[in-house]
Amino acid sequence: MSEFDSPPRAARPFIAFIPLLRANGFAIAPEQTIAFLSAIALLGPRDLEDVRRAGLATLAPPPERRAAYDALFDMHFLDAEGDGLDEGEEDDVVRVQEDRRGMDDPLAADESNESGEDATRAEALVERRFGPAGPGDALRRLSREAGRRLPKRLSYRRLRARRGAAVDLRRTLRDAARNDGEVIRLSHLKRRMRPRRLLVLIDVSGSMKARTQDNLSLAHALTQATPRVEAFTFGTRLTRVTRPMRLKRREQALASAAQIVSDWDGGTRIGDALKAFLAVPRFASYARGAVTLIISDGLERGDPAALAEAVARLSRSAWRLSWLTPLAVGRDFRPRTQALIAISRFVDDMVDGGSTPAIVDHILALQRRRAA
Amino acid sequence: MAPRGSIVGIDSPEALERALRSAYYLADEGLATAAYLALALGKPLLLEGSPGVGKTEAAKAIAAVLARRLIRLQCYEGIDASAALYEWNYPRQMLAIRQAGEQTIDIYGEPFLIERPMLASLRSPDSTVLLIDEIDRSDQEFEAFLLEFLSDFQISIPERGTVRAAERPVVVLTSNRTRDLHEALRRRCVYHWIDYPTPEREARIVMARASSVAEGTARAVVAAVGRLRREPLSKAPGIAEAVDWAEAATLLNRGGARWPDAFKRSIGVALKDEEDLAYVSGRLDAMIAESVA
Repeated sequence: MSEFDSPPRAARPFIAFIPLLRANGFAIAPEQTIAFLSAIALLGPRDLEDVRRAGLATLAPPPERRAAYDALFDMHFLDAEGDGLDEGEEDDVVRVQEDRRGMDDPLAADESNESGEDATRAEALVERRFGPAGPGDALRRLSREAGRRLPKRLSYRRLRARRGAAVDLRRTLRDAARNDGEVIRLSHLKRRMRPRRLLVLIDVSGSMKARTQDNLSLAHALTQATPRVEAFTFGTRLTRVTRPMRLKRREQALASAAQIVSDWDGGTRIGDALKAFLAVPRFASYARGAVTLIISDGLERGDPAALAEAVARLSRSAWRLSWLTPLAVGRDFRPRTQALIAISRFVDDMVDGGSTPAIVDHILALQRRRAA
Repeated sequence: MAPRGSIVGIDSPEALERALRSAYYLADEGLATAAYLALALGKPLLLEGSPGVGKTEAAKAIAAVLARRLIRLQCYEGIDASAALYEWNYPRQMLAIRQAGEQTIDIYGEPFLIERPMLASLRSPDSTVLLIDEIDRSDQEFEAFLLEFLSDFQISIPERGTVRAAERPVVVLTSNRTRDLHEALRRRCVYHWIDYPTPEREARIVMARASSVAEGTARAVVAAVGRLRREPLSKAPGIAEAVDWAEAATLLNRGGARWPDAFKRSIGVALKDEEDLAYVSGRLDAMIAESVA
């Protein structure tokens, strides 16, 4: 029975550390607590650093929350102040814009939105609330047809088939064993098709304000409809919103995205945002072989050359790069702004992104286009 | 399973660190502690970090320290049981059926089984280290399947029954973190995030790996590489690149190139992306000059 007695007095401070971590958003399983205690026993422990390292190894705090772990550890074991706890941004947010107060941006000619530049400077960090959105026929159509009509690629896994390049040796042999070792029919395998990865980058700057909510709803519908979607928003920051988009209910998904994105309706530095995206290897790998959609009006505050370079790089790693802009209305649309002209030779499609039905039409038509 | 406490005479993180050092791997305290705990608790060791910080090397060094054979399973998207676990030797089975004639024959016997890495490690857990490399490249299905393997250390082969490890095998997993691993996987493992080493340690690594490199060269290379890593490059130079760069520069220097110039001419072994090269090209001279100073 002694196994179920309360733990020895010496172990209590270590056990008490676990609820503190849990209360601060670290997910720790009971088996990890056990491993933590065995690790401490194994190490001696000779000093507190042993305990800290045992915790790092067995409780496995994610590397981007290491500072928070250390702060909690110091608070719990060293009675230190709890500062430094909330410091350090989430792993999924990258600040795009560096401080350049006082320096001038020469480019303001082709802008319709006078306050855009100021907004970029001040990096308007605001909170945004979304009202309940109508579901929309287009989104329903997207969820219904996504499985069939989104672009696919060949998988490395094989599937039984009537005809196919490879012979299913296992099945053929089993059939043969049933027929006195006589191979009567060859079973075949073919390679399975898998949905291609989809990457959606959504402009949430002031000039796209009217479309932001619809675009996020679209990203949510896509994430729900097909397994491999990565979604980002950009303005003055780049924020990965894939995790909120995975929540089932749309209102909940949008509300939780609204919490982590802090640059709603501010300015834009699309070039810098895309560069920031490409500079994080983890993010950049999402673009490889992916159907990449950028929903943005392309009203760039930064340097068009930098934007073109970033788009060129993105286009090289993507399967097909679509630029969806509300400006591209009508068949005789030609890019006018400096930024759109600069990127038009790198993007595969520059099409109407001004309404949800238009975007859905484009996405569902992608499969028929060849990889570019 | 009860903690082992000591394995081949290694009874503390420091002892492991010394042993690793004699295998030419310089581990910091965090890594030595995590690796020791993994060995002692009989849990898999999960190493994460940027490409080129020495995750795979760590596994090799651990195998060397334990004097065990390293079995490497390179993950890729679509990896499945026939590549990771076992496969039947079908042509052989077919021939055996033909030859047997009227006699009965067991075509699922040992001679027809082809071992793949995970089965191999289960069948000789005391003489192997299993390295499951770049687990983040595999897909979710394989990760889920791995969970089962890592918690029970057993594999079931429908035709033969369950293969269970006699003792817990030593397993090292590495990930470049191109996607988030499942929480359950992290939970089952002892975890360590390998960061880039401090300049001091990296200089020692460079000298240990490339014996021809002088100390001054190693320090200059490490300082320059440290500067490059702070730039937003698409592929920051790892430790292997630092070692290569130091060796290449030393080689050029022996061939007659002068110092700052030898670094600059061999930059191609440190930065392997044309755009990265273009990005730093303007400031490279200044960077190298600062590092040499």
